[in-house]
Amino acid sequence: MSRLDVRKTYKLYIGGKFPRSESGRSYAVQSASGEFLANASMGSRKDVRDAVVAARAAFGGWAAATPYNRGQVLYRVAEVLEGRRAQFIDEVAAGEGLTARAAAGVVDAAVDRVVWYAGWTDKIAQVLGNLNPVAGPYFNVSAPEPTGVVGVLAPQASSLLGLVSVVAPVIASGNTAVVVSSAARPLPAVTLGEVLATSDVPGGVVNIVTAQTAEVATWLAAHRDVNAIDLTGVAGAEGVDWAGLEAEAAGNLKRVLRPQVAGGVPVEPDWTAAPGLERIRAFVETKTVWHPKGL
Amino acid sequence: MPTFDYAPAPESRSVVTIAPTYGFFIDGAFTRPKATFATLNPADESVLAEVSQAGPKDVDKAVAAARRAFEGEWGRLSGAERGKYLFRIARILQERAREFAVLETLDNGKPIKETRDFDVPTAAAHFFYHAGWADKLEYAGLSAPGATARPHGVVAQVIPWNFPLLMLAWKIAPALATGNTVVLKPAESTPLSALLFAEVCQQADLPAGVVNIVTGDGRTGQALVEHPDVDKIAFTGSTEVGKIIARSIAGTAKKATLELGGKAANVVFDDAPIDQAVEGIVGGIFFNQGQVCCAGSRLLVQENVHDEVVAKLKRRLQTLRVGDPMDKNTDLGAINSREQLDRITTLVDAGVAEGAERWSPACTLPTKGFWYPPTLLTGVAQTHRVATEEIFGPVLSVLTFRTPQEAVAKANNTAYGLSAGVWTEKGSRILWMADQLRAGVVWANTFNRFDPTSPFGGYKESGYGREGGRHGLEAYVTTTPATPTGATR
Amino acid sequence: MTVSTTTRSAAELTAQARDVLGVSRLTNRALTSWLHGLPGVDQVGCEGRVAGLGTRSIKTTSKAWAIDTAIAMIDLTTLEGSDTPGKVRSLCAKALVPDPLDPTTPRPAAICVYGDMVATAKAALGDSGIHVAAVATAFPSGRASMAVKLADTRDAVKAGADEIDMVIDRGAFLSGDYLTVFNQIAEVKQACGDAHLKVIMETGELVTYDNVRRASYLSMLAGGDFIKTSTGKIQPAATLPVTLIMLEAVRDWRELTGVQVGVKPAGGIRTTKDAIKYLVMVSEIAGEDWLTPEWFRFGASGLLNDLLLQRQKLATGAYSGADYVTID
Repeated sequence: MSRLDVRKTYKLYIGGKFPRSESGRSYAVQSASGEFLANASMGSRKDVRDAVVAARAAFGGWAAATPYNRGQVLYRVAEVLEGRRAQFIDEVAAGEGLTARAAAGVVDAAVDRVVWYAGWTDKIAQVLGNLNPVAGPYFNVSAPEPTGVVGVLAPQASSLLGLVSVVAPVIASGNTAVVVSSAARPLPAVTLGEVLATSDVPGGVVNIVTAQTAEVATWLAAHRDVNAIDLTGVAGAEGVDWAGLEAEAAGNLKRVLRPQVAGGVPVEPDWTAAPGLERIRAFVETKTVWHPKGL
Repeated sequence: MPTFDYAPAPESRSVVTIAPTYGFFIDGAFTRPKATFATLNPADESVLAEVSQAGPKDVDKAVAAARRAFEGEWGRLSGAERGKYLFRIARILQERAREFAVLETLDNGKPIKETRDFDVPTAAAHFFYHAGWADKLEYAGLSAPGATARPHGVVAQVIPWNFPLLMLAWKIAPALATGNTVVLKPAESTPLSALLFAEVCQQADLPAGVVNIVTGDGRTGQALVEHPDVDKIAFTGSTEVGKIIARSIAGTAKKATLELGGKAANVVFDDAPIDQAVEGIVGGIFFNQGQVCCAGSRLLVQENVHDEVVAKLKRRLQTLRVGDPMDKNTDLGAINSREQLDRITTLVDAGVAEGAERWSPACTLPTKGFWYPPTLLTGVAQTHRVATEEIFGPVLSVLTFRTPQEAVAKANNTAYGLSAGVWTEKGSRILWMADQLRAGVVWANTFNRFDPTSPFGGYKESGYGREGGRHGLEAYVTTTPATPTGATR
Repeated sequence: MTVSTTTRSAAELTAQARDVLGVSRLTNRALTSWLHGLPGVDQVGCEGRVAGLGTRSIKTTSKAWAIDTAIAMIDLTTLEGSDTPGKVRSLCAKALVPDPLDPTTPRPAAICVYGDMVATAKAALGDSGIHVAAVATAFPSGRASMAVKLADTRDAVKAGADEIDMVIDRGAFLSGDYLTVFNQIAEVKQACGDAHLKVIMETGELVTYDNVRRASYLSMLAGGDFIKTSTGKIQPAATLPVTLIMLEAVRDWRELTGVQVGVKPAGGIRTTKDAIKYLVMVSEIAGEDWLTPEWFRFGASGLLNDLLLQRQKLATGAYSGADYVTID
């Protein structure tokens, strides 16, 4: 006699906990071929608000953690992700309509991407910072610091590799993130939340809201306690006016990582390409410190 | 009458020739003056010259000239040759330093001591520094392995009136070093040094169209930043205008760097080198009449040394010499415009109404021109307008704190994040404070230091991007392909 | 304002020091904690302030005033092993008539000589009002027993010295034995009687500005009427930043105790331009109360002739030359 499945409930990931949307809403997530996969929480503007509060609260500690420590934590994320390989392959295959073999390739690439960023944490300041030889008796050093709370509109198509490719560079330098997952393919994001929760990532460092992008993106872009926003996920998002989001972001002069644009419309980047430093660079601030040298 | 009263020591204004009217500098030549408006000497309200108001068509011409230069001779020039032009410009600025200093003082109102010893030499230094980068950009770590950093193309630059020539240098030097061409708009009230700089470009035989200067008010600036053929915007000015620019380029491919306002905290601990701290506080807020975006306008002093520090500050302020900016002994010159003077007056009055105590040393202000005495506001709380709004004038708000944590919390309790100061003899505390302060520049046991090699720029609403140093180059290059696929900012 | 030349006994000075420090017994520990509790000096900031003051442009009437004031502040000095009565007498003659071409030229404040030349100088200067200052206490090294230093001082006072320029024991200071330095100054002060005591700190051997500040406070605490930079035998001698620290010290000391102390940079000040920079600093740091020969002196010899040359330039409008000032 076959055993009855214990099905998973997909919830939000905010402040290290897994709440349902405060709105009480959920929506049906379908596979690439249109079959019902699960119900996901339909995050609201208030969930985004709560996520920002959690991200702000976590920022001080995460930014102050040693880069070595952040690297260890990110590597731990890769380890736990690898441990859930089978589950992610299933979710990616179903959501993105890939063969198991292709989905396995995507999951492996995602794990490797996290490892890549894990190795960056304690090199960012060395590569992006330097001593400045000023014309005077002063010690003068410039080093990158995290920008703060970063809103991330995660890619709509690449629900795992794209997701880790946008989240990892944000937190590698010490930012905390409020991530709006792919609207149509949110399941790997929720599972990633479970990975993060069990990987020594302090609660609030990454917050994941599964939602309709168009409904919550404006609130995130306009939120004055968010310091930067990654608009990658506008590509392929229904009803999202990315120029409008950038204009909202100007309200508190957020740093804006624009989407890639081809032929006048946002397109999702090729996530298999080498990422480079751009996503790290986009969310750090250069701080320059002067001090006299004397007896 | 003090025993040792310094006799007037005025700099001669005969070293500089000011034309009665000026046109624009477009495509290597000056245009005929049109729709002119006056630029005043703020020290006596006399008219120095009439300059032209650029309309959209003038901006069009300037942008077109810059585009032609970018796609023509300048774009094909090697980095080494570009660098040599910048070296030439730097040398000419040094040779004509006296002219620039006098002109800047006349147009801006700042003391000749500052234009002579700071503005002009530092402007020349910026060209020297960036000249050397022009053929070494591949060493600057601007692009990923295998990719090349390329210039954006035509850069629109809008600069403020507080350091007219120096801000021009901060903008033009890195733009040209990286191979861009420029249309620059100086501030409405201080256009003359930029127009003299146009002559320097001619003297240096800089190819036509590489640098174009258009003058005018905010409408000109708006036409320039909104021009569709501009690839990148570099703006220094108010946070208010910075937001408008950020909004106006939303959804376009235009990049921007914004260097905006500030409300810097200057934090003085009880173990500070007090005499040098007093100098740093004074220099931090009264340099350039406090019309400095990174001015240390909020003094956060540890409560147990508040009285001592305030007493020393008051004594020191009594030795500040306020008056004729052309006198070599003047420490504090004129406020740049009536508009700015009104703003300072309004904010200080609001501070007093909110309960702050106002103090100024005895000083006789000239009857003509725009003047404000050096002013201390004590008893200021975080909630007062003078502690949150940028005054941009010679006004220091004094607040107290009890613990390092409280100092950090108060220092960071602002929408701005441009600069901050820390004064303490304890090394580990300096480094801790430097880590905690959310500001782009932290001066420890010093204040208001600038150098071409040292990146400058803010956190939060003080803007984004850095100017100066290796980091400053980033804003002027792109590593994305030439085809319009959009990019990161 | 008159110079406070009150005779003070070492015991009185110790009692006063206990008051200032708020201790019941003056120990080296008490002195150390007091001196090391003074605010530090940031070298770069201090030198930056000096550079800023150095850009003051002193012209026309204010320059004329500054030149005459500087001349009147000079302690015209000869401190050589080869000094003879003849040399000292000619120096005194120069002090009496600095510029034979212009009788309105002010006279320097004092002649500064070794103790054995005091009588010669006194005789030469007569009742001119020009003081005789004697270096004492085993000048310049200060390396002798206390008995010898006190005898040196008493000899000079007995010979008629109006002012005593003593040296502190830099070895004791640098080894942290502040109490010894204090006691020596206080005892010399007592030995001075009515003579005015200048305390030479030999700042070139103290090296750091923190040390200069501490030595200044220690010297004032122990009863020095003047604090003086240098012997002139060690390089660097007087510098503007060191003098700035000392001017801040006397300014703050008066606020703390009500007692005004003078400042004397000595050695290496040779030009009018330099002298004017010092006067600007006196004016802007300590204030105009110090802008008189009673409270500020230059220890110098060659400076006088440069001031005279500049004075002639202001009077005649033409640059002057070495042939128009006398050598002595």
